[in-house]
Amino acid sequence: MNIISSFLLSFLAGIALIVIAWAGALTNLQGLFGVVLPYIAITTFVAGVVYRVLNWAQSPVPFRIPTTCGQEKSFPWIKANCIENPSSTLGVVIRMAFEVLTFRSLFRGTTVELRGGPKLDYRSTKWLWMAALGFHYSFLMIFFRHFRFFTEPIPALVHLAENMDSFFEVTVPALYISDGLLMACVTYLLIRRVIIPQVRYISLPADYFPLFLILAIGTTGILMRYILKVDVVSIKELAMGLVTFHPAVPKGIGSLFYIHLFLVCVLIIYFPFSKLVHLGGVFLSPTRNLANNNRQVRHVNPWNYPVKVHTYAEYEDDFREKMIEAGLPVEKELSDEKE
Amino acid sequence: MTGSPNWYEIIMTGIAERLDKYRSFKLFLDICVRWGACADKCHFYIGSGDPKNMPVLRAELLRSIYRRDFTTAGKLFGKFAGGRKLTPLIIKEWFYYFYQCTECRRCSVFCPYGIDTAEITIMARELLNLIGCQIDWIITPVANCYQTGNHLGIQPHAFKEILDFLLDDIETNTGVKMEPTFNRKGAEILFLTPSGDVFADPGIYTAMGYMILFHYLDLDYTWSTYASEGGNFGFFTSHEMMKRLNSKMYAEAKRLGVKWILGGECGHMWRVINQYMGTMNEPADFLEVPKSPITGTVFDNASQIKMVHIAQFTADLIKNNKLNLDKSRNDYLKVTWHDSCNTSRGMGFLEEPRYVLKNVVNNFYEMPPNTIREQTFCCGSGSGLNAGENMDIRLRGGLPRANAVKHVHDKHGVNCLGCICAIDRAVLTASMDFWVPGVRVAGLHELVANALVLEGENERTTNLRGEEIADLMEENEE
Ligand code: HEM
Ligand code: SF4
Ligand code: SF4
Repeated sequence: MNIISSFLLSFLAGIALIVIAWAGALTNLQGLFGVVLPYIAITTFVAGVVYRVLNWAQSPVPFRIPTTCGQEKSFPWIKANCIENPSSTLGVVIRMAFEVLTFRSLFRGTTVELRGGPKLDYRSTKWLWMAALGFHYSFLMIFFRHFRFFTEPIPALVHLAENMDSFFEVTVPALYISDGLLMACVTYLLIRRVIIPQVRYISLPADYFPLFLILAIGTTGILMRYILKVDVVSIKELAMGLVTFHPAVPKGIGSLFYIHLFLVCVLIIYFPFSKLVHLGGVFLSPTRNLANNNRQVRHVNPWNYPVKVHTYAEYEDDFREKMIEAGLPVEKELSDEKE
Repeated sequence: MTGSPNWYEIIMTGIAERLDKYRSFKLFLDICVRWGACADKCHFYIGSGDPKNMPVLRAELLRSIYRRDFTTAGKLFGKFAGGRKLTPLIIKEWFYYFYQCTECRRCSVFCPYGIDTAEITIMARELLNLIGCQIDWIITPVANCYQTGNHLGIQPHAFKEILDFLLDDIETNTGVKMEPTFNRKGAEILFLTPSGDVFADPGIYTAMGYMILFHYLDLDYTWSTYASEGGNFGFFTSHEMMKRLNSKMYAEAKRLGVKWILGGECGHMWRVINQYMGTMNEPADFLEVPKSPITGTVFDNASQIKMVHIAQFTADLIKNNKLNLDKSRNDYLKVTWHDSCNTSRGMGFLEEPRYVLKNVVNNFYEMPPNTIREQTFCCGSGSGLNAGENMDIRLRGGLPRANAVKHVHDKHGVNCLGCICAIDRAVLTASMDFWVPGVRVAGLHELVANALVLEGENERTTNLRGEEIADLMEENEE
């Protein structure tokens, strides 16, 4: 699939979704879009993620193959890097925490260019790392802030997050930093996919699609909050209905909201079956979640099986005469062999 | 396609079977986000500019097949979900690109999920093997190793003869006569090293280095002609073949009744020993936890597998002042250090060799930080690609490493590239001759032995290569 068709395909898929939701809202299918679909989405998400993780877990880890990124445990007088090359479970946990919370491996990134000469020129790509972190943390923040719709009374932590996030009170209602950051980062990630030839070459429709989807979710969300203000009280009523299992569809919620909600449901349903499950996969990765202690602790392969080997006895049979001639010790003399 | 008429089924069942056996395989096929953090980390991509040499795309060559036939999205959306149908052309593509991956794992260091393209390559090569596609340079050494004991197919009497030649050279250059033993029962230590060390220039100087060190220590050790291969080309073939070849190490240690095993300088040999040997074999209860007979140090990081890397062994000797070293004998060298991929990213063996190196040479310069240690660049010829017929790919793949050497060559006048890998010693020489002429490649223990002051030695006017040291010093002054 080339860039144009990949890009267009996922873009059109995004548009189609918006149209579907809009049509739904206009044709009074609020019950379907506001209640049934969210329940389906959550169920699919939970079942899907559980299935994926169990499915991975079903395959054993026959060998202990951590990628070691620092000095191993050696003599006491050689300083070991117990996080990047962990020899204990604690080290592994810390390594994983760095990986998940700070994208440690991405932080190492460099990019290389061939200059005349031939000379290779490396440059750090810390800004790429920042965009990745910015995207994920703003996503997390937005996700967390949404709990104000699903809880009553609203926990103090959610309020705190809201206050922190609207630290710069530049607009009314206060502009959330995470909103701007998310949109900026996703746009950047999208542009990056299109502009950088290497990344463009590896991109599939499945790579553009989630970015479009998140972009569309963000846009509808921002529109609702800052521009085409919607009836937040009714929306909260709907949300509380959903979480308390007494679903009801209040009147007067704009169709924009249903578009937003529909897109979120699609994202949630899409999640377990796409690359987005990287969320769960990180924790199971054998190159990151194992200690490099193979030489001290035996790692057992559950399907280990005996293989055919060439034994010493067979070897000596092949070469006995030559070995004796060269003065190499043998187990059986030539005379024994004759018997 | 000729060969197996049912090649398609063989590959498909092969994939299914491996998905059930290796979590790494299944997970790595599923979770890549194609963000491309790995893209320009591969020496083959950097050296060739071929987009299919980007690790992510290399993996996609197999992933796309998996996607179409093994995932829901692929079954539903086919090529829109990035799926491809396996065709003979794709088999050829696999053959081309999975033999352009040296399984060096550099990409894995930069991947936020630790996706290790080497792991995918290992599986792809297993699959190709199932339908009989393999390269001669791997399969012949494997057959040799199985039947004769080492990759080069050196028979027992010839093995001894070759080492005798090396001993003659040692005597000429140091004035000391040494007599190592072979297949000797009851020795304390079994010594295993890749056969490249006893056969190929400049590896042989490292082999001389080992023997000189052991003679100096009066070590109770033996060579083996049956297990005369430390390396393991089986690892480049299949997990099963790796095990078949590796089994000789413990079998021989058991037969000879040694206490523990000492291993020579090699990269993939140590990846296999560190990450696979303990798991593949029954516990090595017949051996003892390795203990240096010279210093009494117990190597407790090898307590289970009972095999020690010679650089660690030597580092301990130096730390305990057991070696009389005259560094100045290596003064004509300005040395930089190449971390072998396997010992760096499959073990974390970084400081031990550096400690030894700094104690045997006066002039040591590191290459730039993003080209050494865990970020080290592959020599370009690992995982069985070290044949002359692959020279074109090798030199391309060798570019990033060579370029870093050139950097220190230009800046500090570096003229020697030290390493602890038998394949490196052979192939980096070619790479240096092409990219950075004037830089020699030397194994760690060649440098150790050149600096080691022996009892009853001659003037030591020549080094182990038989070169006049005075001339080299003079050349260096200019
Ligand atoms: C434990 C939680 C997670 C971790 C450690 C994680 C880590 C990462 C990393 C390291 C990347 C590559 C860099 C980047 O593209 O930004 C990535 C990509 C991505 N992540 Fe996550 N992620 C997590 C959860 C999520 C969640 C919940 C979503 C929500 C949908 C998500 C959506 C994405 C997307 C869409 C990309 C691809 C960006 C692109 O195509 O350019 N991630 N993730
Ligand atoms: S393992 Fe090494 S050679 Fe293979 S794709 Fe990764 S970086 Fe390239
Ligand atoms: S760095 Fe990892 S997740 Fe990213 S493209 Fe490469 S293999 Fe895929």
